[in-house]
Amino acid sequence: MSSKNVFYILKRILLAFLTVLIVITITFFAMHAIPGGPFLGEKAVSPAVMEALEAKYGLDKPLFEQYTTYLKGILLDFDFGPSLKQRGMMVIDIIMDGLKTSIRLGVIAAAIALLFGLTLGSIASLRRNTLIDRFIMVVTTAFVSMPSFIMGSLLLLVFAVQLAIVPANGSTSAGMIMPIITLSLYPMAYITRLTRSSMLDVLGQDYIRTARSKGVSYPGIIRGHALKNAIIPVITYFGPMLAYIVTGSLVVERIFAVPGIGRSFVNSITGRDYPLIMGTTIILSTLIVLMNLLGDIMYKLVDPRISFE
Amino acid sequence: MKINPFKMHIDVDAFIPATAEEKKYMVQMRESSTFFRDGARRLKKNKVAMFSLIVIIIITLSSIFLPMFWPYSYEQQLGVQPGKRVDPSFNNLAPFEYGTTEQARIDKGESVFPHIFGTDSAGRDYFIRVVYGTRISLAVGFFASIIVLMIGLVVGSVAGYFGGKIDLIVMRIVDIIYSLPDTLMVILLASILNVTLGHKLEGSALESIGANIISLFIVFALLYWVSMARLVRGQILSLKEEEYVLSAKATGAKGPWIIRKHLLPNSISVIIISTALQIPSAIFTESYLSFLGLGVNEPMPSLGSLASDALNGINSYAYRLVIPAIVISLIVLSLNLLGDGLRDAFDPKLNR
Repeated sequence: MSSKNVFYILKRILLAFLTVLIVITITFFAMHAIPGGPFLGEKAVSPAVMEALEAKYGLDKPLFEQYTTYLKGILLDFDFGPSLKQRGMMVIDIIMDGLKTSIRLGVIAAAIALLFGLTLGSIASLRRNTLIDRFIMVVTTAFVSMPSFIMGSLLLLVFAVQLAIVPANGSTSAGMIMPIITLSLYPMAYITRLTRSSMLDVLGQDYIRTARSKGVSYPGIIRGHALKNAIIPVITYFGPMLAYIVTGSLVVERIFAVPGIGRSFVNSITGRDYPLIMGTTIILSTLIVLMNLLGDIMYKLVDPRISFE
Repeated sequence: MKINPFKMHIDVDAFIPATAEEKKYMVQMRESSTFFRDGARRLKKNKVAMFSLIVIIIITLSSIFLPMFWPYSYEQQLGVQPGKRVDPSFNNLAPFEYGTTEQARIDKGESVFPHIFGTDSAGRDYFIRVVYGTRISLAVGFFASIIVLMIGLVVGSVAGYFGGKIDLIVMRIVDIIYSLPDTLMVILLASILNVTLGHKLEGSALESIGANIISLFIVFALLYWVSMARLVRGQILSLKEEEYVLSAKATGAKGPWIIRKHLLPNSISVIIISTALQIPSAIFTESYLSFLGLGVNEPMPSLGSLASDALNGINSYAYRLVIPAIVISLIVLSLNLLGDGLRDAFDPKLNR
């Protein structure tokens, strides 16, 4: 790797770190914009928790000092304070608890989306303008324009309520089937379309014709030449896909009652559990920023033609 | 006849009236076409886009006009009559069923307007709630896109035209907002603005719109202008190098005039297309937030909140979920297809 590449990657990492810092700052000041502060006016908070909060955040101190204390706590100890609604629980423990389930959900969904998306996209491009191609394109267009919560609700209705072949509750591993399918449908459809168009582009290139005239077999061309080059745009979608899965899991976990981080986030919004809202926003944002960073670096590494700025 | 160019020798033939055959050459074979007429013609040929346009027009018109003459309103609880006990027979009616008092009137021979989609758990006519929810979703999508367009246009053209330090600062801000995870920020800001604005709006003219919708607009204005600003800036940067801009500058035209007269009209088609594609994504976000309980205030419906409410009764009243789901998918799908059609028809770079 040349020094230019290293410089680019370092710059990208710095920007990612800055973004996380800005997210933390926005979260902090947003919470302080609430009239009476985030912790006041909550009847459900016991005096003991209240005292602990005031001592912890030093609410009588100047705003900037509160901010630095808060920042230090997060960056050094992952300390997001106690939850307001779930007595005796620390925010970080609630998040870590949910994150295990959510990451499993997300990773499986992403893998399914990639696998099926690449396969279907290749099939569509190789069988261009046939019935199969048209069918794949129509179905994927429909999936792309359907919001995740609509998709999830409808799947719940059909498979869990009407047909009753899978459990509606997502806390068991059989119950994870539906949430995984729901989450993977949109990225799968998107990847299919992406693969199709970039495959069509690649198949028209000169080196494909050369390979064919050399007598390389059809599967050989696809494996050795076409797919390798067609996959590059798909890699750029890597970051956005994981961002979609993270935000999509918020509603999907609510619909199927999956005990993940998304459900606790949605509950914290409706229950105005501010420390939990702050903590989840920061953790999920960091996750998304990291994924985008990873996708960017990977994209630049796989294609030597892409120049580093 | 040979003419000596240095003599004042007039060629008489040049003054003979043109024959009918010669005149024919001067007749315009067909009217000259403008850019927009060209695009409209291409758009009309695109069957998918035209069909989507018709669907959108039908949905929009019915969401505007149906509530005007519909006998029920979206917030009217049919079982609740002033001075009487609440009549629970109006709650959770199936499609085309009637409450007890209505049934009595029908038996007497009166005609009662049917509840096409039945009623919800609070005894409100579900059809009009869906229509009203569609209206809210469309309005939020439309106005949010307009806000995004305005801010993006001003910031992008200023940054692109003046360049230098202004451009550098603006583009760094754009980069940072662009790298923020937008959905999470939207959720965070919407949930806080709801609380913060609620107190401030009391008694003001904006109160009737509701703190939730206003906070939605603010969130859109804060976060989604960046891609529009980037687009406009890119357009302006490439157009700035054109000769006609140089000539305008040479004749002493001022910056704002050049932006208004030369740069914006030339980049307008790209801007319109990306605004058209912004509307479905705004509707998407609004319904997503409403589904999470951050959208419009009760009793006002939106398609997202209707679907969210329907989840609780999914076992017995599945159609209440299916109806808003179909409407929202139809709106987003046809807006997307229309946007694609517009892009194919109006983007000069794609002209074949």
